[in-house]
Amino acid sequence: MNAPLKTSTANTSEVLPLVEQFKYGLDSPICLTWEWTYACNLSCAHCLSASGRRDPDELSTDEIKAVIDELERMQVFYVNVGGGEPTVRPDFWELVAYAVEHNVGIKFSTNGYRIDEEHARWLAATDYVDVQISLDGATPEVNDAVRGPGSYDTAMAAMANLYAAGMRGFKISVVMTSQNIDQLDEFKRIADGFEAQLRITRLRPSGRGADVWDELHPSAEQQWTIYRWLLDHGDEVLTGDSFFHLNALGSEPLPGLNLCGAGRVVCLIDPVGDVYACPFAIHDAFHGGNVREAGFGAVWWDSELFNELRQPQTGGACLSCSAYDACQGGCMAAKFFTGLPLDGPDPECVKGHGEAALAEVDAERTPRPAQDHSKPSAKQQQVLLGLPALRRPDRACDESPLAGMT
Amino acid sequence: MFDPDGPYRLSPNVSLRPERFGALAYHFGTRKLSFMKTPQLVEIVRELTRHPSARSAVSHLSGAEQTSYLKALASLAHAGMIVPA
Repeated sequence: MNAPLKTSTANTSEVLPLVEQFKYGLDSPICLTWEWTYACNLSCAHCLSASGRRDPDELSTDEIKAVIDELERMQVFYVNVGGGEPTVRPDFWELVAYAVEHNVGIKFSTNGYRIDEEHARWLAATDYVDVQISLDGATPEVNDAVRGPGSYDTAMAAMANLYAAGMRGFKISVVMTSQNIDQLDEFKRIADGFEAQLRITRLRPSGRGADVWDELHPSAEQQWTIYRWLLDHGDEVLTGDSFFHLNALGSEPLPGLNLCGAGRVVCLIDPVGDVYACPFAIHDAFHGGNVREAGFGAVWWDSELFNELRQPQTGGACLSCSAYDACQGGCMAAKFFTGLPLDGPDPECVKGHGEAALAEVDAERTPRPAQDHSKPSAKQQQVLLGLPALRRPDRACDESPLAGMT
Repeated sequence: MFDPDGPYRLSPNVSLRPERFGALAYHFGTRKLSFMKTPQLVEIVRELTRHPSARSAVSHLSGAEQTSYLKALASLAHAGMIVPA
């Protein structure tokens, strides 16, 4: 899941636990991720939506407003807006204002590019708006190797502007990689310094993330580090519930819902209006429909795929594992884009079953995302990681003799 | 502080969204979600203003149920979802 669920429950006896209720899906999503553009000023090596260039078919201002009207009727109380870099849309601020006027709160993810002093003041003065700044290294060296030169300074300047404008509790969102796990305390210090809220999430092999997953995903030892750190700090950080696969490491569950919410609680609307069950799964296999056909509600309520996801899932190969109740088989998107069966172990299964299963996967045949808007410079960004020799093979259809050389 | 003998109502900042398990309550001020895990709890919350007190709003229930629903109301009050009327 992609969004923080700050929940409290009004509990009564003899009632199914919330996580069981959620398995059957909700009438409307709780946290909807909505990408407003594939355009981005950066070319992050691990971009889960493989963003870069704008798609000419992206939803227009009026089309976005029509979906906002529908979300208001469906009582979707807030959405997570992303991209791409959503603020590069010329109508971005207009759309945010329109959404909050219609009781659809907005939290948007940004690299900070457009968060100057003036916009920071506007954000601080506007109710129902929250900002999430992406930062993937607590130092420029670690951050910029993944997100591109200058991106650390851009993010820090944006946070300074928000802080100076009086914005409190905005989010700093970190994708945990093999390169930044030892900086967890440092990230926390940065967040505390801006009176901001740290949010850490799992690296997914989605979009360009598939190309760098081998190099950037945490080692087994690093997973322990994350797990222990979350047990110590879980109440002070948000995780979008993305580490529930680590629950199998111990008897103490991590705070959160610990459930794959795809199609049940969450989903994604992409910039061209396609609705996917999960923000990390831009692929035909998870495509429920398009908002241009009959609106968003029709997809959420009637999509065959979404209704299938709301049926009890079988544990498949994991069912005999003693940890299945704790990890629930892990992340659907992570399995899918690494070529593993959906009813088998997560590639980062803490019991090591994923590693064994991955050894049998033909890397050339793993699924590719349905959308790729990468700029040519995205490949250079991967080289910055310093491990070009470990790159995955280029996709099978790429026959150019220069493939991989440019 | 929740006072079972005081009058309560749904906070004007809160919207309820019906769900099959009960309802989801969203507080636009604190941006917090609460889950009302039974339809009966939703009904009790909607009827709060008809009663002089929270205790009166659950008086039609059995003793054990009264205790558990008062506990649920206390937790909703703590989250600011219901407020003194």
